[in-house]
Amino acid sequence: MEQLNYRHTALARAKGSRHQAVVGVVASGDLEVLVERTLPDGECEVNIRTSISGFGDVWCAVVADFAQLRSPGGLKLSVNDGGARPDMVSLRLAQAVRAVAGDRV
Amino acid sequence: MRREDATALLEAVIRPGDRVCLEGDNQKQADLLAVALATADVAKLHDLHLVQSGVVLPEHLDVFEKGIAKRLDYAYSGPQSTRIARLLFGGKIELGAVHTYLELYARYYIDLTPQVALIAAVSADRHGNLYTGPNTEDTPTIVEATAFKDGVVIAQVNEIVETLPRVDIPGDWVHFVIESGKPFHVEPLFTRDPAAITETQILTAMLAIKGIYAPYGVQRLNHGIGFNTAAIELLLPTYGERLGLKGKVASHWALNPHPTLIPAIESGWVKQIHSFGSEVGMDDYIRARSDVFFTGPDGSLRSNRAFCQVAGLYACDMFIGSTLQIDLKGNSSTVTTDRVAGFGGAPNMGSDARGRRHPSKPWLRAGKEADPDGPGALRRGRKLVVQIGETFGEKHVPLFVEHLDALTLAEKLDLDLAPVMVYGDDLTHIVTEEGVANLLLCRDADEREQAIRGVAGYTQVGRDRDASMVHRLRERGVIRRPEDLGIDPLDADRRLLAARSIKELVHWSGGLYAPPSIFRTW
Repeated sequence: MEQLNYRHTALARAKGSRHQAVVGVVASGDLEVLVERTLPDGECEVNIRTSISGFGDVWCAVVADFAQLRSPGGLKLSVNDGGARPDMVSLRLAQAVRAVAGDRV
Repeated sequence: MRREDATALLEAVIRPGDRVCLEGDNQKQADLLAVALATADVAKLHDLHLVQSGVVLPEHLDVFEKGIAKRLDYAYSGPQSTRIARLLFGGKIELGAVHTYLELYARYYIDLTPQVALIAAVSADRHGNLYTGPNTEDTPTIVEATAFKDGVVIAQVNEIVETLPRVDIPGDWVHFVIESGKPFHVEPLFTRDPAAITETQILTAMLAIKGIYAPYGVQRLNHGIGFNTAAIELLLPTYGERLGLKGKVASHWALNPHPTLIPAIESGWVKQIHSFGSEVGMDDYIRARSDVFFTGPDGSLRSNRAFCQVAGLYACDMFIGSTLQIDLKGNSSTVTTDRVAGFGGAPNMGSDARGRRHPSKPWLRAGKEADPDGPGALRRGRKLVVQIGETFGEKHVPLFVEHLDALTLAEKLDLDLAPVMVYGDDLTHIVTEEGVANLLLCRDADEREQAIRGVAGYTQVGRDRDASMVHRLRERGVIRRPEDLGIDPLDADRRLLAARSIKELVHWSGGLYAPPSIFRTW
């Protein structure tokens, strides 16, 4: 089990007004994201617990692109990873932002 | 002949050193004859040269371990790919070459003509006429080469009957018939369970449909057998319909009877399909849709791998399929250092036919993109050769690599030619979840490399991209991201699939598709 934590500044506050949401599942090749609106508007935090070690540089790149593209300001995202590939990680993080905005998942 | 006498027959007919085709097709296997050959006395039968397209059954390799066979020329070895690699490294197999199907068949008529062919059919009549059933596959090609060059043709059949449903092989081309008493082995290779299709695969399918099928207007095509192309098949009646593409794309196919194409067929997308082989469980459905498939007067499929490969080479405007590794020049391979899977038909499907002379809209457009300043009437068209996949495969193995494992294997086995599946100069597009790269629009090797890196996602190859060059390629439309095509990755939802399970495919077929038990969960 590896624990990774990233903090980014976000360009804009995440849309919507929901306080929290969960997307995905902890399953092989998938991941679960708990998203909570608990941070100041210009900040974003992503904390990852992953069952596969040694992919820190990939996570770092995926999370950095996410913070830049999806404007997740004010969000704290807690990830329980079951060995998802980066494409799945990007998708679930984006779904989490949409879920906390109150849109359909 | 009685089946108990099969080994004695082979020992009597085959001479040491003979070239033998032990029919191992992509799907159909002459399994009784394979066992008979593998149990032959090595003092009587040794040093044979096997020339067959598929190395599929354990017995196909047992004959090498026992010394009955020595040399091998083949095309595909899916289920035996690990063991064949071990035998190659151990020197038990003297490898001629790994061929594409059409290439091996061609050599049956020039320098690899079998002296003895051991083939499989469903039934024979008293004159030795054979009915192959839907899996005709390689049989006519093998028999033609053997029977008309003084060879001996030995057929195993499930049963001997009074009257055949149809004649696939005339009796005077067949010299011995053995009744096996049970159906020959057939591999279900083309069934992809919709339940296992991921959102990322759906995204790549959306990108392919909107980014390639639509603009080129691809009507004549061949699909590989991976999950990404299965997703495309299942998106045609939903996403494709929404884009208004029905009747404009994907109407004429060189394709095995993929169960995942049933919804598109039932929705009226598909006009015609010619097949390399059949697929387990599709017989009744094919019979009901003889307006689409090639069938005999009895209603059952008549497949033919050689003709379908020719169709894929000359009469299709696009091949789209998956691979295991793509390098910076766009060369791709499914070989890894411990698996020698062979090629099957992919190098033939996935190559530009230099002998093609008939024009079509997609072919001409691709040719123009590659050579915009060339003189119109003298400018060759180009076949669209598309690799589609996620940037990371099983166990986080990257799709994109600096150095193909095929090259490492060639060095270790001292091969003159590395087993490359699709050469970079034939490849026209790459589709990943990050976008579509159009290599036809690249003007030099640097641009090609950056176009490939630009869709390689978070793999090392992708992260080592020149970001500013990739940005310029995107401005020129060489790379197109989902948003450039008006696609929101969050719309890549399993609800877009026309069928989300095998059971739903059965419903689409009106209950005619009978999936093999391993795909039944109800």
